[in-house]
Amino acid sequence: MDNEDADLILLDRVEKVFEVRRRTGFLRAERRQVRAVDSLSFSVRRGEMVGYIGPNGAGKSTTVKMLTGILTPSGGRLRVAGIDPSRERTRLARRIGVVFGQRTTLWWDLPLIDSYRLMHRMYRIPDGRYRENLDRCVELLDLGDLLDVPVRQLSLGQRMRGDIAAALLHDPEVLYLDEPTIGLDVISKARVREFLRDLNAERGTTVLLTTHDLTDIEQLCRRVMVIDHGRLVYDGSPAGLHEVGESERTLVVDLERELPPIEAEPARVVKVEGPRQWLAFPASESAAPLVARIAARYPLVDLSVREPDIEAVISRMYAGRAVS
Amino acid sequence: MVSPARNGTRPVERGPADAVWAPQGRYEQVREGLRAYRMIAAMWIRSTMAYRASFAMTAFGNFAATALDFAAILLMFSQVDRLGGYSLPEVAFLYGVSGTAFGFADLAFGSMDRLGRRVRDGTLDTLLVRPAPVLAQVAADRFALRRLGRITQGLLVLGYAVAVLDVSWTPLKVLMIPLMLLSGGVIFAAVFVGGAAFQFVAQDASEVQNSFTYGGSTLLQYPPTVFATELLRGVTFVFPIAFVNWLPALYVLGRPYPLDLPTWVAFAPPLVAAVCCVPAGLAWRAGLRSYRSTGS
Ligand SMILES: Nc1ncnc2c1ncn2[C@@H]1O[C@H](COP(=O)(O)OP(=O)(O)OP(=O)(O)O)[C@@H](O)[C@H]1O
Ligand SMILES: [Mg+2]
Repeated sequence: MDNEDADLILLDRVEKVFEVRRRTGFLRAERRQVRAVDSLSFSVRRGEMVGYIGPNGAGKSTTVKMLTGILTPSGGRLRVAGIDPSRERTRLARRIGVVFGQRTTLWWDLPLIDSYRLMHRMYRIPDGRYRENLDRCVELLDLGDLLDVPVRQLSLGQRMRGDIAAALLHDPEVLYLDEPTIGLDVISKARVREFLRDLNAERGTTVLLTTHDLTDIEQLCRRVMVIDHGRLVYDGSPAGLHEVGESERTLVVDLERELPPIEAEPARVVKVEGPRQWLAFPASESAAPLVARIAARYPLVDLSVREPDIEAVISRMYAGRAVS
Repeated sequence: MVSPARNGTRPVERGPADAVWAPQGRYEQVREGLRAYRMIAAMWIRSTMAYRASFAMTAFGNFAATALDFAAILLMFSQVDRLGGYSLPEVAFLYGVSGTAFGFADLAFGSMDRLGRRVRDGTLDTLLVRPAPVLAQVAADRFALRRLGRITQGLLVLGYAVAVLDVSWTPLKVLMIPLMLLSGGVIFAAVFVGGAAFQFVAQDASEVQNSFTYGGSTLLQYPPTVFATELLRGVTFVFPIAFVNWLPALYVLGRPYPLDLPTWVAFAPPLVAAVCCVPAGLAWRAGLRSYRSTGS
């Protein structure tokens, strides 16, 4: 437990190899190895909120499962709060919270409140703390009307909020979320995001968040890790992704009248619609000199700068990896 | 709601009151398991009791279904006086002990045949992230008091047998009855756990498990004399369910065991039960270790 406070989560060349057997004929099977996580090293400090993204099959869920102790790594060293998850899974369970977007940790056939009561006792949560946490979750996640509804009758979004509350009743130090906004509507997403932001800011809970919705990352995380084929391909700020991904910002220019495409290096016109023109320029360039140059030579009415679409950046990044 | 957390950034403090509690050692683990089992079972009982009428009906259904077994035996005795040389009260005795012992195990571990499905669809994941032994969580899942129907029926038949049996009861013979029920329950429980462990490997194996558990208990409801010696050897030395009722019951009934064994084996059930728990526990741990979740 030496440097536990500095690095709450620590991975050192962690690997996970799955043996998969495929039937090739009657009574004959072929063994194949799938390297889901490949020499993965990173650390997360206490209080961080980290986005963990990557294309389908990249190894995100596998990583989360190793961090909870569900799966045992095939190699490397893994520590969460100084604990080796697969060896001391039960001890770790008291200190972490897990939300799987794909499946619930609640008792399917019982009312939500029954699951919470059971967690209260199972995790030995002091009464006062339980009350306080439950009240807080019920209020912020709007669970008031759902407490007496059997979990199987909850809609996906309702269930997800119920699951998030369940993962937090025992004040975990770390919260893992594997696609917590999958299938949620805009309002539910916003509510969940706000809740997570508060949780991280006020309680200092460390959060590791897996998602395919990059808005989650932009709105929540100051750090994002991108994994592909089980390897870490990016670790830094969401903004930094733009440089890596050679992304472009867009300048939308409204002219007085229809004119031929504007010429202003290094920007290039990508679209013209009447007097309105769209110009793309590298995200690393400053917009001011460019605007000044255009204003000097063209009759400007209005203009706006659009930030690069992280979505596009990421998809270029994924695509680039796939061919290399 | 005003929580102290609202007054600014405050990492969760962990005072001595809520210091992280962790079980240590085997004994603590067993205690934790029992604790979790009790809590989960209590929750299921509470939830089934919310629908009393439905509970009463399913419990009665369970009772009636198992009673049919015994009706079959009664039907047989309406045609013959003896079955493998055994009278009706004697067969009822075997039946009652086996049925009750099995009922205990079924009550406590009967839900475990759902494990295969959990392994296949990966929902076992959610049990692994809770701070309680997985075995307890799986066993207590959907704890169903309606299974008391089987126990009730077994006890009724046993009561009838004890009342009409022509046996000179000694204190030792009387003591044998609770001993058999408890040891038998544990032996069957070990079979349930072992069968569940097998489902980690073969996820559709709940049928195999059922044939060993339900099949085994049905087997024991008949006198050993009606079966072939090979089978008797098998259930004595390999898959030792003969210790649930046959061997000890034959001592109570004062009959010889077909396999020519010393009399003291009649008192071996507690020992056999304890020994059975070892391979069952090891198999369970090996099974759990082999679990590898699913890809989605
Ligand atoms: N239990 C398993 N058995 C065999 N292979 C597995 C298992 N779990 C995952 N895999 C494989 O490991 C790789 C990584 O899977 P993982 O579920 O971690 O991806 P992911 O990043 O979570 O993807 P997604 O975004 O689709 O959820 C995939 O190739 C998958 O097929
Ligand atoms: Mg996944």
